Amino acid sequence: MLDIKNLHVDLEEEDKSILKGVDLHVDAGRVHAIMGPNGSGKSTLSYVLAGRDGYTVTQGSVSLRGDDLLSLEPEERAAKGLFLAFQYPVEIPGVGNMTFLRTAVNAQRKARGDSEMSATDFLRMTREKAKQLQIDADMLKRPLNVGFSGGEKKRNEILQMVILEPRLCILDETDSGLDVDAMKLVAEGVNALRDDGRGFLVITHYQRLLDHIKPDVVHIMVDGRIAKSGTSELALEVERNGYADILAETAL
Amino acid sequence: MTLSPRIQEITSRRLNDLVLPTGGWSSEARSAALNRVQSLGLPSNRDEYWKFTPPETLTTAQVPPASLFVDVDESPVFGNIDRLKLVFVDGVFDAAASDQLALENVTIERLGESKDRDDHWGREVYGVLEQSGQVPVARPLAALNTAFATDGILIHVRGTPSKPINLVYVHSNETSDAILHHVIKVNPGAECTILESGPAAARFNKCMEIDIADGGALHHVRAQGRDHERRAATHMFARVAANALFKSFTLTVNGRLTRNEIFVELLGRNSMAHVAGACVGDGDFHHDDTVFVTHAAEDCKSRQVFKKVLRNGATGVFQGKILVKPDAQKTDGYQISQSLLLDGDSQFLAKPELEIYADDVACSHGSTSGAIDEGELFYLRARGIEQAEATDLLTLAFLNEAVSEIDNEELADEIQSRLAAWLMRHRPS
Repeated sequence: MLDIKNLHVDLEEEDKSILKGVDLHVDAGRVHAIMGPNGSGKSTLSYVLAGRDGYTVTQGSVSLRGDDLLSLEPEERAAKGLFLAFQYPVEIPGVGNMTFLRTAVNAQRKARGDSEMSATDFLRMTREKAKQLQIDADMLKRPLNVGFSGGEKKRNEILQMVILEPRLCILDETDSGLDVDAMKLVAEGVNALRDDGRGFLVITHYQRLLDHIKPDVVHIMVDGRIAKSGTSELALEVERNGYADILAETAL
Repeated sequence: MTLSPRIQEITSRRLNDLVLPTGGWSSEARSAALNRVQSLGLPSNRDEYWKFTPPETLTTAQVPPASLFVDVDESPVFGNIDRLKLVFVDGVFDAAASDQLALENVTIERLGESKDRDDHWGREVYGVLEQSGQVPVARPLAALNTAFATDGILIHVRGTPSKPINLVYVHSNETSDAILHHVIKVNPGAECTILESGPAAARFNKCMEIDIADGGALHHVRAQGRDHERRAATHMFARVAANALFKSFTLTVNGRLTRNEIFVELLGRNSMAHVAGACVGDGDFHHDDTVFVTHAAEDCKSRQVFKKVLRNGATGVFQGKILVKPDAQKTDGYQISQSLLLDGDSQFLAKPELEIYADDVACSHGSTSGAIDEGELFYLRARGIEQAEATDLLTLAFLNEAVSEIDNEELADEIQSRLAAWLMRHRPS
């Protein structure tokens, strides 16, 4: 599904390297979690995969289901099935949430050569999926993310993910700013999407989220590299002891 | 004050070719207006309020020619709205193309045709509001209009008509020089919507005087047309009495030169004025909104909301003032002017002003210039929306604050769809 080989990335403006040789392979049907201390490059990895400006790939490659991801525009990556749930979802006054969702769905359908979804079909589908995430009609009507609480923003991200049905879902600290109940809702949304054809990359600081979304593999990212990989046991170890042990190990 | 020889020459050259219509109830007002324009002199770039907009092409004796533009790719604006249509071709009323001048609760007359009645209500408005609007800033092109207007419409709103009146302007002659003067009087408690659409002439000087009595309401929505080469200088003078409402929205797409002046006086307690505008310009485009709102009574509310989208060297100008007189306590004034510059070649020139002589008021103003937000653009693209479509979506969102000043949903949708179509046609290739 996703194949990252020896990925090196610099920040464009500061001439500073952030990723220093990331290797990562995610198979369909699997959930990979990435943990790591602040500044280790986790969010940068998610932005580079989604195609944000401001980064220069100096070495390495990324392929998604056989396509060279790095040569594609952000919208082309989305149409190929990549989805990034943002750590900080953007507020856009003047664009209604519903209008946005419908434009996105139809843009992706168009890019894949499918016909547009009718307004009534779209409305029915969106209402049903919104209900599961406890997103009410008012939130759908409001301008995109404007005046949403932290939890509402994250739930709205998951709603987009559920509606767009991507192949590879990247969740960038989706648990930050969520209370226990909201985290459960978000996890349920994610778990409902788990199937054999879909891969997940879950970036998080805390083991807490991984109680709800059970990962198949856990990676620890340190200073722009995957320093250690293991089972969900590894996340529990981090929770208990922090990153000190792993930092010490990798420094050897 | 004596005029400089240069201004005297510009003024007399322009006035020499014009013929003062005589006879009828408006003749006194016209003579007085001629005196006004002669003593004020026509505008030059040395005038405080003409620094950002070159007035030369608006004051020459000869009309700068403007080739014709036919927008065959779009249905006429307001075409699907149930309305009373009054058509002017190059500034001359076209009865054959217009609906009958008949609508319930309204009396409509052509300016030239009502001249025999000495007791005509128009006497109390024609040139009167314009004259009042000459202080503290001179508007000589409006005085010229009062003196020399060759046509126009008089609308007396006595109740609430069932549909809007649409003044449709057609440009069919490459050197037409139209001077139109409309007068609208709204009775106490009456309410009416006036629509204006089209480019009118190669050069268009239009003045509209609006007198709204206690509790009356006048809604104005204008779409100035997609004609590239036409030039326009328009004035609106509104006098708003107690508990009355004046709302005006203008859409401008294209146009080499547009100067829209709006002068509103809130004279009665608890009256309200909302003036708004959205313009989009690509290339050879110069658009100027000059707005002056005077609060002269207590408890009045005013809003000015102007948004401009500019690219490829287009220029936008906003000069907006809120003047609060000493007795106008509890004034609530708001003014915002913003531009979205889609490239580095375009410019937005803004002069927001507040002048306040009362001590218990809330007035705010803001003016910004910016580009499309990269973070917002990436967010939309990351969801699969192509860059061009995402840019249009954000541009419409930017303009939305101005468009949403229109109360009527059908009219707001009509304006929104025109903007969307314009953006689609003007996507960078």
